[in-house]
Amino acid sequence: MKKYSNTNENNLQSERLKFSFFPGCSLKASGHENTMSLLKFCDSVNIEVKELEDWNCCGSSSAHSIDFDVAEKLPMRNISLAPKGIPLLIACPSCLIRIKSMYLKIKEDKALKQEYENLWGKPFDEDLEIIHFFEIFNRIRLEDYIDHPREKLKKIKVAVYYGCMLSMPPALRFENDYSGIMEKTLGKLGAEIIYYGYENRCCGTYLSVAKPQLAQKVVTQIVSKAMEAGAECLVTACSMCHLNLEIRCGLKDPIPVLHFSELLSMALGAKDQKKWFPRHIVDPVPLLKKRGLLTS
Amino acid sequence: MITLGNDQDEFADEIKATSGINFSACLHCQSCTNGCPFIEGMDYAPNAVLRLVQLGLEETALKCSTIWICVGCNTCSSYCPMAIDIPAVMDGLRHKAIEKGVKIAEPDVLSFHNEVLNTVKKYGRTHKLEIMMRYKLKKMDLFSDMGVGLRMLKKRKLDLTPSKIQDKKAIEKIFKHK
Repeated sequence: MKKYSNTNENNLQSERLKFSFFPGCSLKASGHENTMSLLKFCDSVNIEVKELEDWNCCGSSSAHSIDFDVAEKLPMRNISLAPKGIPLLIACPSCLIRIKSMYLKIKEDKALKQEYENLWGKPFDEDLEIIHFFEIFNRIRLEDYIDHPREKLKKIKVAVYYGCMLSMPPALRFENDYSGIMEKTLGKLGAEIIYYGYENRCCGTYLSVAKPQLAQKVVTQIVSKAMEAGAECLVTACSMCHLNLEIRCGLKDPIPVLHFSELLSMALGAKDQKKWFPRHIVDPVPLLKKRGLLTS
Repeated sequence: MITLGNDQDEFADEIKATSGINFSACLHCQSCTNGCPFIEGMDYAPNAVLRLVQLGLEETALKCSTIWICVGCNTCSSYCPMAIDIPAVMDGLRHKAIEKGVKIAEPDVLSFHNEVLNTVKKYGRTHKLEIMMRYKLKKMDLFSDMGVGLRMLKKRKLDLTPSKIQDKKAIEKIFKHK
Protein backbone atom coordinates (compact mmCIF):
# COMPACT_ATOMS: atom_id res chain seq x y z
CA MET A 1 0.00 0.00 0.00
CA LYS A 2 1.20 3.47 -0.79
CA LYS A 3 2.60 5.32 2.15
CA TYR A 4 1.26 8.81 2.73
CA SER A 5 2.95 11.36 4.91
CA ASN A 6 1.20 14.29 6.43
CA THR A 7 2.39 16.89 3.97
CA ASN A 8 0.13 19.11 1.95
CA GLU A 9 1.15 17.56 -1.28
CA ASN A 10 0.30 14.04 -0.21
CA ASN A 11 -2.91 15.06 1.47
CA LEU A 12 -4.31 15.63 -1.94
CA GLN A 13 -4.02 11.93 -2.56
CA SER A 14 -5.74 10.68 0.56
CA GLU A 15 -9.37 11.56 1.05
CA ARG A 16 -10.03 13.78 4.03
CA LEU A 17 -12.50 12.13 6.43
CA LYS A 18 -15.25 14.31 7.79
CA PHE A 19 -17.27 13.75 10.94
CA SER A 20 -19.77 15.67 12.95
CA PHE A 21 -18.87 15.37 16.60
CA PHE A 22 -21.06 14.83 19.63
CA PRO A 23 -18.89 15.60 22.68
CA GLY A 24 -21.46 15.02 25.42
CA CYS A 25 -21.49 16.65 28.84
CA SER A 26 -18.56 14.72 30.33
CA LEU A 27 -16.12 15.69 27.61
CA LYS A 28 -17.51 19.18 27.32
CA ALA A 29 -17.51 20.10 30.98
CA SER A 30 -15.09 18.01 32.99
CA GLY A 31 -12.88 16.23 30.51
CA HIS A 32 -11.57 19.26 28.60
CA GLU A 33 -8.18 17.61 28.25
CA ASN A 34 -9.89 14.63 26.61
CA THR A 35 -11.64 16.84 24.07
CA MET A 36 -8.55 18.91 23.32
CA SER A 37 -6.31 15.89 22.74
CA LEU A 38 -9.00 14.12 20.74
CA LEU A 39 -9.45 17.04 18.38
CA LYS A 40 -5.71 17.38 18.11
CA PHE A 41 -5.43 13.71 17.19
CA CYS A 42 -8.14 13.98 14.52
CA ASP A 43 -6.38 16.96 13.05
CA SER A 44 -3.06 15.15 12.86
CA VAL A 45 -4.58 12.21 10.99
CA ASN A 46 -6.32 14.47 8.51
CA ILE A 47 -9.84 14.13 9.89
CA GLU A 48 -12.15 17.11 9.84
CA VAL A 49 -14.35 17.28 12.91
CA LYS A 50 -17.20 19.70 13.40
CA GLU A 51 -19.06 19.88 16.67
CA LEU A 52 -22.75 19.02 16.31
CA GLU A 53 -24.46 22.37 16.50
CA ASP A 54 -26.45 23.03 19.67
CA TRP A 55 -26.37 19.39 20.81
CA ASN A 56 -28.05 18.48 24.08
CA CYS A 57 -27.40 15.95 26.85
CA CYS A 58 -28.09 12.37 25.74
CA GLY A 59 -30.02 11.76 28.96
CA SER A 60 -27.12 9.94 30.57
CA SER A 61 -27.92 7.31 33.18
CA SER A 62 -30.63 9.39 34.76
CA ALA A 63 -33.25 9.86 32.06
CA HIS A 64 -33.78 6.19 31.30
CA SER A 65 -33.77 5.45 35.02
CA ILE A 66 -36.67 7.68 35.93
CA ASP A 67 -38.27 9.19 32.82
CA PHE A 68 -38.70 7.06 29.70
CA ASP A 69 -40.30 9.85 27.71
CA VAL A 70 -37.46 12.31 28.23
CA ALA A 71 -34.97 9.45 27.73
CA GLU A 72 -36.34 8.97 24.21
CA LYS A 73 -36.63 12.60 23.23
CA LEU A 74 -33.20 13.82 24.33
CA PRO A 75 -31.27 11.52 21.96
CA MET A 76 -33.96 12.02 19.31
CA ARG A 77 -33.20 15.72 19.09
CA ASN A 78 -29.46 15.05 18.73
CA ILE A 79 -30.18 12.65 15.87
CA SER A 80 -32.29 15.33 14.22
CA LEU A 81 -29.41 17.81 14.37
CA ALA A 82 -26.93 15.54 12.59
CA PRO A 83 -26.10 16.78 9.08
CA LYS A 84 -26.95 14.37 6.29
CA GLY A 85 -24.24 12.26 4.73
CA ILE A 86 -21.66 12.87 7.46
CA PRO A 87 -21.04 10.19 10.11
CA LEU A 88 -21.78 11.26 13.67
CA LEU A 89 -18.73 10.66 15.87
CA ILE A 90 -19.28 10.04 19.58
CA ALA A 91 -16.45 9.62 22.07
CA CYS A 92 -18.41 8.82 25.22
CA PRO A 93 -19.50 5.17 25.51
CA SER A 94 -22.63 6.06 27.43
CA CYS A 95 -23.74 8.75 24.95
CA LEU A 96 -23.05 6.32 22.12
CA ILE A 97 -25.28 3.64 23.64
CA ARG A 98 -28.10 6.12 24.31
CA ILE A 99 -28.04 7.75 20.91
CA LYS A 100 -27.33 4.68 18.82
CA SER A 101 -29.92 2.45 20.48
CA MET A 102 -32.51 5.21 20.08
CA TYR A 103 -31.57 5.56 16.43
CA LEU A 104 -31.99 1.83 15.79
CA LYS A 105 -35.27 1.83 17.71
CA ILE A 106 -36.72 4.62 15.57
CA LYS A 107 -35.51 2.87 12.44
CA GLU A 108 -37.56 -0.20 13.27
CA ASP A 109 -40.66 1.51 14.61
CA LYS A 110 -42.97 3.30 12.20
CA ALA A 111 -44.99 5.06 14.88
CA LEU A 112 -41.82 6.34 16.51
CA LYS A 113 -40.51 7.53 13.16
CA GLN A 114 -43.72 9.48 12.70
CA GLU A 115 -43.38 10.97 16.16
CA TYR A 116 -39.79 11.92 15.37
CA GLU A 117 -40.83 13.67 12.20
CA ASN A 118 -43.68 15.50 13.91
CA LEU A 119 -41.45 16.63 16.74
CA TRP A 120 -38.47 17.84 14.78
CA GLY A 121 -40.10 18.70 11.49
CA LYS A 122 -37.72 16.81 9.26
CA PRO A 123 -37.51 13.34 7.75
CA PHE A 124 -35.66 10.66 9.69
CA ASP A 125 -32.23 10.03 8.17
CA GLU A 126 -32.27 6.28 7.44
CA ASP A 127 -28.60 6.27 6.45
CA LEU A 128 -27.03 8.16 9.33
CA GLU A 129 -23.89 6.47 10.55
CA ILE A 130 -23.34 6.76 14.30
CA ILE A 131 -19.87 5.69 15.27
CA HIS A 132 -17.60 5.57 18.28
CA PHE A 133 -14.18 7.21 18.24
CA PHE A 134 -12.66 3.68 18.03
CA GLU A 135 -14.17 3.29 14.60
CA ILE A 136 -11.62 5.77 13.26
CA PHE A 137 -9.04 3.00 13.38
CA ASN A 138 -11.08 0.99 10.89
CA ARG A 139 -10.97 3.94 8.50
CA ILE A 140 -7.40 5.19 8.67
CA ARG A 141 -3.98 3.58 8.86
CA LEU A 142 -1.92 5.18 11.60
CA GLU A 143 1.23 4.09 9.78
CA ASP A 144 0.33 6.52 7.03
CA TYR A 145 0.87 9.41 9.40
CA ILE A 146 3.87 8.33 11.47
CA ASP A 147 7.37 7.27 10.65
CA HIS A 148 8.72 4.51 12.91
CA PRO A 149 5.49 4.12 14.92
CA ARG A 150 6.97 1.45 17.19
CA GLU A 151 9.40 3.95 18.67
CA LYS A 152 6.79 6.49 19.70
CA LEU A 153 5.55 5.38 23.10
CA LYS A 154 8.90 4.08 24.34
CA LYS A 155 7.63 0.88 25.91
CA ILE A 156 5.56 2.67 28.53
CA LYS A 157 3.63 -0.02 30.40
CA VAL A 158 -0.05 0.65 29.95
CA ALA A 159 -3.10 -1.12 31.29
CA VAL A 160 -6.02 -0.30 29.02
CA TYR A 161 -9.41 0.27 30.58
CA TYR A 162 -12.65 0.07 28.60
CA GLY A 163 -15.17 0.11 31.43
CA CYS A 164 -18.63 -0.73 30.16
CA MET A 165 -17.62 0.18 26.61
CA LEU A 166 -17.40 -3.49 25.63
CA SER A 167 -20.64 -4.53 27.28
CA MET A 168 -23.29 -3.56 24.82
CA PRO A 169 -26.97 -3.99 25.61
CA PRO A 170 -28.65 -6.83 23.66
CA ALA A 171 -30.14 -4.34 21.17
CA LEU A 172 -26.61 -3.42 20.04
CA ARG A 173 -25.07 -6.87 20.14
CA PHE A 174 -24.73 -7.12 16.38
CA GLU A 175 -22.92 -3.79 16.13
CA ASN A 176 -19.13 -3.54 15.96
CA ASP A 177 -17.25 -5.00 18.89
CA TYR A 178 -14.33 -2.90 20.05
CA SER A 179 -12.43 -5.52 22.08
CA GLY A 180 -8.69 -5.18 21.70
CA ILE A 181 -8.67 -1.95 19.74
CA MET A 182 -6.77 0.07 22.36
CA GLU A 183 -4.28 -2.76 22.92
CA LYS A 184 -3.67 -3.11 19.22
CA THR A 185 -3.35 0.61 18.55
CA LEU A 186 -1.12 1.49 21.51
CA GLY A 187 0.94 -1.67 20.95
CA LYS A 188 1.53 -0.60 17.38
CA LEU A 189 2.77 2.76 18.68
CA GLY A 190 5.35 1.13 20.93
CA ALA A 191 3.57 0.84 24.28
CA GLU A 192 3.89 -2.34 26.28
CA ILE A 193 0.42 -3.69 27.04
CA ILE A 194 -0.16 -5.06 30.53
CA TYR A 195 -3.07 -7.47 30.92
CA TYR A 196 -4.74 -7.42 34.33
CA GLY A 197 -8.22 -8.85 33.93
CA TYR A 198 -10.24 -5.77 34.93
CA GLU A 199 -10.30 -4.06 31.53
CA ASN A 200 -14.08 -4.03 31.38
CA ARG A 201 -15.07 -3.79 35.02
CA CYS A 202 -17.58 -0.92 35.36
CA CYS A 203 -16.19 2.17 37.13
CA GLY A 204 -19.42 2.78 39.02
CA THR A 205 -20.52 5.87 37.07
CA TYR A 206 -22.90 7.92 39.27
CA LEU A 207 -22.50 5.62 42.28
CA SER A 208 -19.37 7.72 42.69
CA VAL A 209 -21.74 10.45 43.91
CA ALA A 210 -24.66 8.54 45.40
CA LYS A 211 -22.80 5.55 46.86
CA PRO A 212 -19.15 6.59 47.06
CA GLN A 213 -18.08 3.59 49.18
CA LEU A 214 -19.32 1.16 46.54
CA ALA A 215 -17.60 3.05 43.73
CA GLN A 216 -14.39 3.35 45.72
CA LYS A 217 -14.22 -0.39 46.27
CA VAL A 218 -14.54 -1.19 42.56
CA VAL A 219 -12.21 1.59 41.41
CA THR A 220 -9.53 0.69 43.95
CA GLN A 221 -9.72 -2.91 42.81
CA ILE A 222 -9.31 -1.93 39.15
CA VAL A 223 -6.32 0.33 39.81
CA SER A 224 -4.58 -2.01 42.21
CA LYS A 225 -4.97 -5.00 39.88
CA ALA A 226 -3.37 -2.97 37.09
CA MET A 227 -0.53 -1.97 39.41
CA GLU A 228 0.01 -5.54 40.63
CA ALA A 229 0.32 -6.63 37.02
CA GLY A 230 3.08 -4.07 36.52
CA ALA A 231 1.31 -1.22 34.74
CA GLU A 232 2.78 2.28 34.96
CA CYS A 233 -0.44 3.95 33.94
CA LEU A 234 -4.04 3.23 33.02
CA VAL A 235 -5.44 4.38 29.72
CA THR A 236 -9.13 4.94 29.20
CA ALA A 237 -11.30 6.10 26.33
CA CYS A 238 -14.13 7.39 28.52
CA SER A 239 -14.05 10.78 30.18
CA MET A 240 -16.33 9.75 33.00
CA CYS A 241 -14.39 6.57 33.75
CA HIS A 242 -11.27 8.74 33.80
CA LEU A 243 -12.74 10.98 36.45
CA ASN A 244 -13.96 8.09 38.60
CA LEU A 245 -10.66 6.24 38.37
CA GLU A 246 -8.93 9.39 39.58
CA ILE A 247 -11.26 10.58 42.33
CA ARG A 248 -12.41 7.26 43.77
CA CYS A 249 -9.16 5.36 44.00
CA GLY A 250 -8.44 4.62 47.64
CA LEU A 251 -4.74 3.89 47.15
CA LYS A 252 -2.16 6.21 48.63
CA ASP A 253 0.06 6.37 45.61
CA PRO A 254 -1.91 5.34 42.54
CA ILE A 255 -0.63 5.25 38.97
CA PRO A 256 -1.79 8.06 36.67
CA VAL A 257 -4.74 7.62 34.33
CA LEU A 258 -4.30 8.88 30.79
CA HIS A 259 -6.88 9.45 28.11
CA PHE A 260 -6.44 7.23 25.07
CA SER A 261 -6.56 10.41 22.98
CA GLU A 262 -3.67 11.95 24.94
CA LEU A 263 -1.30 9.06 24.24
CA LEU A 264 -2.40 8.97 20.60
CA SER A 265 -1.79 12.67 20.15
CA MET A 266 1.59 12.44 21.83
CA ALA A 267 2.62 9.59 19.54
CA LEU A 268 1.66 11.80 16.61
CA GLY A 269 3.89 14.58 17.87
CA ALA A 270 1.47 16.87 19.73
CA LYS A 271 3.22 19.56 21.71
CA ASP A 272 0.36 21.05 23.74
CA GLN A 273 0.36 18.64 26.66
CA LYS A 274 0.82 21.58 29.02
CA LYS A 275 -2.88 22.31 28.57
CA TRP A 276 -3.92 18.74 29.35
CA PHE A 277 -1.90 17.42 32.23
CA PRO A 278 -2.59 20.15 34.83
CA ARG A 279 -6.17 18.90 34.64
CA HIS A 280 -5.22 15.45 35.91
CA ILE A 281 -5.68 14.72 39.58
CA VAL A 282 -2.84 12.19 39.52
CA ASP A 283 0.00 13.98 37.74
CA PRO A 284 1.26 11.90 34.80
CA VAL A 285 4.20 14.22 34.05
CA PRO A 286 6.85 12.49 36.21
CA LEU A 287 6.12 9.14 34.57
CA LEU A 288 6.12 10.58 31.06
CA LYS A 289 9.42 12.31 31.75
CA LYS A 290 10.92 9.14 33.15
CA ARG A 291 9.92 7.33 29.97
CA GLY A 292 11.33 10.09 27.81
CA LEU A 293 7.94 10.97 26.41
CA LEU A 294 8.13 14.50 27.72
CA THR A 295 11.30 16.53 27.77
CA SER A 296 10.68 19.71 29.69
CA MET B 1 -41.99 -21.02 51.80
CA ILE B 2 -42.84 -18.49 49.13
CA THR B 3 -46.29 -17.03 49.14
CA LEU B 4 -47.12 -16.11 45.60
CA GLY B 5 -48.77 -12.82 44.83
CA ASN B 6 -52.42 -13.04 43.83
CA ASP B 7 -51.96 -11.47 40.46
CA GLN B 8 -48.55 -12.79 39.71
CA ASP B 9 -48.93 -12.81 35.95
CA GLU B 10 -50.46 -9.39 35.98
CA PHE B 11 -47.42 -7.80 37.63
CA ALA B 12 -44.98 -9.62 35.35
CA ASP B 13 -47.00 -8.50 32.33
CA GLU B 14 -47.01 -4.91 33.55
CA ILE B 15 -43.23 -4.91 33.90
CA LYS B 16 -42.84 -6.55 30.50
CA ALA B 17 -44.94 -3.77 29.02
CA THR B 18 -43.17 -0.96 30.89
CA SER B 19 -39.67 -2.19 30.14
CA GLY B 20 -40.36 -3.71 26.73
CA ILE B 21 -38.36 -6.76 27.77
CA ASN B 22 -39.52 -10.36 27.90
CA PHE B 23 -37.69 -11.81 30.86
CA SER B 24 -39.63 -15.09 30.91
CA ALA B 25 -36.71 -16.57 29.02
CA CYS B 26 -34.51 -16.25 32.14
CA LEU B 27 -32.96 -19.63 33.00
CA HIS B 28 -31.67 -18.43 36.38
CA CYS B 29 -28.19 -19.53 35.38
CA GLN B 30 -26.90 -16.59 37.45
CA SER B 31 -24.38 -15.39 34.88
CA CYS B 32 -25.71 -11.89 35.49
CA THR B 33 -25.29 -12.22 39.21
CA ASN B 34 -21.79 -13.61 38.94
CA GLY B 35 -20.72 -10.77 36.68
CA CYS B 36 -22.34 -7.86 38.52
CA PRO B 37 -19.69 -5.47 39.92
CA PHE B 38 -22.12 -3.97 42.44
CA ILE B 39 -23.74 -7.08 43.86
CA GLU B 40 -22.44 -6.14 47.32
CA GLY B 41 -24.69 -3.12 47.49
CA MET B 42 -27.79 -5.05 46.44
CA ASP B 43 -30.27 -6.86 48.65
CA TYR B 44 -31.44 -9.17 45.84
CA ALA B 45 -29.20 -10.56 43.11
CA PRO B 46 -30.17 -9.45 39.58
CA ASN B 47 -31.65 -12.82 38.60
CA ALA B 48 -33.47 -12.94 41.94
CA VAL B 49 -35.17 -9.66 41.03
CA LEU B 50 -36.38 -11.24 37.80
CA ARG B 51 -37.64 -14.18 39.88
CA LEU B 52 -39.52 -11.84 42.23
CA VAL B 53 -41.28 -10.36 39.24
CA GLN B 54 -42.03 -13.77 37.76
CA LEU B 55 -43.55 -14.82 41.08
CA GLY B 56 -45.65 -11.69 41.28
CA LEU B 57 -43.99 -10.46 44.48
CA GLU B 58 -44.59 -6.87 43.53
CA GLU B 59 -43.93 -5.09 46.78
CA THR B 60 -40.62 -6.86 47.42
CA ALA B 61 -39.48 -6.21 43.87
CA LEU B 62 -40.38 -2.52 43.90
CA LYS B 63 -38.90 -1.89 47.31
CA CYS B 64 -35.61 -3.68 46.78
CA SER B 65 -32.32 -1.78 46.62
CA THR B 66 -31.08 -3.66 43.56
CA ILE B 67 -33.20 -1.67 41.14
CA TRP B 68 -31.49 1.54 42.32
CA ILE B 69 -27.96 0.23 42.73
CA CYS B 70 -27.91 -1.15 39.17
CA VAL B 71 -26.14 1.46 37.03
CA GLY B 72 -26.91 -0.25 33.74
CA CYS B 73 -23.32 -1.10 32.86
CA ASN B 74 -24.66 -4.03 30.81
CA THR B 75 -22.14 -6.52 32.15
CA CYS B 76 -25.07 -8.77 33.06
CA SER B 77 -26.87 -8.49 29.75
CA SER B 78 -23.72 -9.10 27.76
CA TYR B 79 -23.14 -12.30 29.76
CA CYS B 80 -26.79 -13.40 29.56
CA PRO B 81 -27.14 -16.51 27.37
CA MET B 82 -30.73 -15.52 26.64
CA ALA B 83 -29.79 -11.92 25.72
CA ILE B 84 -32.18 -10.43 28.24
CA ASP B 85 -31.70 -6.70 28.69
CA ILE B 86 -31.64 -6.88 32.48
CA PRO B 87 -30.84 -3.17 33.03
CA ALA B 88 -33.92 -2.31 30.97
CA VAL B 89 -36.03 -4.46 33.32
CA MET B 90 -34.50 -2.52 36.23
CA ASP B 91 -35.52 0.71 34.45
CA GLY B 92 -39.08 -0.61 34.21
CA LEU B 93 -39.13 -1.51 37.90
CA ARG B 94 -37.76 1.91 38.90
CA HIS B 95 -40.48 3.63 36.90
CA LYS B 96 -43.12 1.40 38.47
CA ALA B 97 -41.74 2.06 41.96
CA ILE B 98 -42.03 5.83 41.39
CA GLU B 99 -45.47 5.51 39.82
CA LYS B 100 -46.82 3.41 42.70
CA GLY B 101 -45.24 5.68 45.28
CA VAL B 102 -43.60 2.86 47.25
CA LYS B 103 -40.81 3.57 49.69
CA ILE B 104 -37.64 3.98 47.65
CA ALA B 105 -34.82 1.79 48.94
CA GLU B 106 -32.05 4.15 47.82
CA PRO B 107 -33.40 7.70 47.98
CA ASP B 108 -29.94 9.15 47.38
CA VAL B 109 -29.77 7.55 43.95
CA LEU B 110 -33.21 8.86 43.01
CA SER B 111 -32.31 12.30 44.30
CA PHE B 112 -29.16 12.28 42.15
CA HIS B 113 -31.17 11.35 39.02
CA ASN B 114 -33.64 14.14 39.78
CA GLU B 115 -30.86 16.70 40.10
CA VAL B 116 -29.28 15.57 36.82
CA LEU B 117 -32.57 15.95 34.97
CA ASN B 118 -33.17 19.32 36.67
CA THR B 119 -30.03 20.73 35.11
CA VAL B 120 -30.82 19.16 31.72
CA LYS B 121 -34.26 20.77 31.87
CA LYS B 122 -32.69 24.14 32.70
CA TYR B 123 -29.71 24.17 30.37
CA GLY B 124 -30.19 21.32 27.92
CA ARG B 125 -26.98 19.85 29.26
CA THR B 126 -25.87 18.61 32.66
CA HIS B 127 -24.06 20.94 34.99
CA LYS B 128 -21.97 18.86 37.37
CA LEU B 129 -21.25 21.52 39.96
CA GLU B 130 -24.91 22.42 40.37
CA ILE B 131 -25.92 18.74 40.51
CA MET B 132 -23.42 18.10 43.28
CA MET B 133 -24.31 21.20 45.28
CA ARG B 134 -28.06 20.63 45.12
CA TYR B 135 -27.70 16.93 45.80
CA LYS B 136 -25.57 17.65 48.86
CA LEU B 137 -27.87 20.41 50.09
CA LYS B 138 -30.89 18.13 49.87
CA LYS B 139 -29.04 15.48 51.77
CA MET B 140 -28.04 18.10 54.35
CA ASP B 141 -24.54 16.82 53.95
CA LEU B 142 -22.29 19.47 52.53
CA PHE B 143 -19.07 18.38 54.10
CA SER B 144 -18.54 14.72 53.48
CA ASP B 145 -16.47 14.27 50.36
CA MET B 146 -15.47 17.93 50.50
CA GLY B 147 -11.86 16.98 49.71
CA VAL B 148 -12.83 15.34 46.44
CA GLY B 149 -14.95 18.34 45.44
CA LEU B 150 -12.15 20.78 46.15
CA ARG B 151 -9.59 18.71 44.27
CA MET B 152 -11.96 18.59 41.30
CA LEU B 153 -12.43 22.36 41.40
CA LYS B 154 -8.69 22.93 41.69
CA LYS B 155 -8.03 20.74 38.68
CA ARG B 156 -10.84 22.45 36.80
CA LYS B 157 -12.88 19.27 36.58
CA LEU B 158 -16.01 21.17 37.53
CA ASP B 159 -16.89 24.09 35.30
CA LEU B 160 -18.33 26.94 37.33
CA THR B 161 -20.83 28.05 34.71
CA PRO B 162 -23.10 25.66 32.86
CA SER B 163 -22.75 24.91 29.18
CA LYS B 164 -26.13 25.79 27.69
CA ILE B 165 -27.96 25.08 24.48
CA GLN B 166 -29.45 27.89 22.37
CA ASP B 167 -32.75 26.33 21.38
CA LYS B 168 -34.65 26.57 24.66
CA LYS B 169 -37.94 25.77 22.92
CA ALA B 170 -36.65 22.33 21.97
CA ILE B 171 -35.93 21.55 25.60
CA GLU B 172 -39.38 22.78 26.59
CA LYS B 173 -40.78 20.40 24.01
CA ILE B 174 -38.80 17.50 25.45
CA PHE B 175 -39.93 18.19 29.00
CA LYS B 176 -43.43 19.28 27.95
CA HIS B 177 -45.50 16.91 30.05
CA LYS B 178 -43.55 17.68 33.21
